[in-house]
Amino acid sequence: MADTLFIVFSVLTLACAALVVVNKNAVNAAMFLLLALVGMAGLFVLLEAPLLAFVLILVYAGAVVALFLFIVMLLDTKGTTAKLNKLTVAASGIGGLLLFLGVSLIARRSHLSAPVTGVAMPTFKNYAEQLFTVYLLPVQVVGFLLLISMIGVIVLSKKFKTEEETK
Amino acid sequence: MITASLNSYLVVSALLFVFGFIGVLLRKNTLVIFMCLELMLLASTLALVAFSRFNATLDGNVFVFFILTIAAAEVAVGLAIIVALFRKRHTVQVEELNHLKN
Repeated sequence: MADTLFIVFSVLTLACAALVVVNKNAVNAAMFLLLALVGMAGLFVLLEAPLLAFVLILVYAGAVVALFLFIVMLLDTKGTTAKLNKLTVAASGIGGLLLFLGVSLIARRSHLSAPVTGVAMPTFKNYAEQLFTVYLLPVQVVGFLLLISMIGVIVLSKKFKTEEETK
Repeated sequence: MITASLNSYLVVSALLFVFGFIGVLLRKNTLVIFMCLELMLLASTLALVAFSRFNATLDGNVFVFFILTIAAAEVAVGLAIIVALFRKRHTVQVEELNHLKN
């Protein structure tokens, strides 16, 4: 049962990811990114991390893809049909093939651990315990980083007037 | 209950990463390149969650929390930069953004 679900979700994720890459229209690409995220959330649930699936849907599908769509529609870029450089195509094909071969060889040859059974599914309490004890400093740093990025975005998108304009 | 092996999760993660990688190299639209970057981040996230589950620890899952946070911040700043760039140059195609070249 779970195996079928694994195949369904991984095929959904991979097919939508491929469609993000080959789609001419940026809006359609964002929509396929959304579908790929849904498949990814399904894989997270299969890996017994439903909280992460929640967060993925909330943060990525809710905020990031919406932001992408907003910017794509704001900028209204025309889909140009620029010709692809043959060298680039060959290089990316070979690079991608090598990457995939390397990872799959490692995955096949090494003795990876079998799933540890009899472990309770992590709950909110477990996460909170980790976040507020072992990872307390990183949580603070990440919060500060969010503040920095917020200020950065405001500075980037504000139009500063030059001296002559204010006079 | 987990039936799929760690290897299959890793292969899916590697394929996803490769798709993102090829997209970053091939696409000309900055926004789509950014989406492909997100795909690569997601692939690494999947590998982390899989390793964390198969070793019965929570560290990988907590790490994924941080990755998601950083990714959200990164998207916000990156899109603001793209909008600022579009205001100045009126294009988001990478082959037209070559003013540093000459």
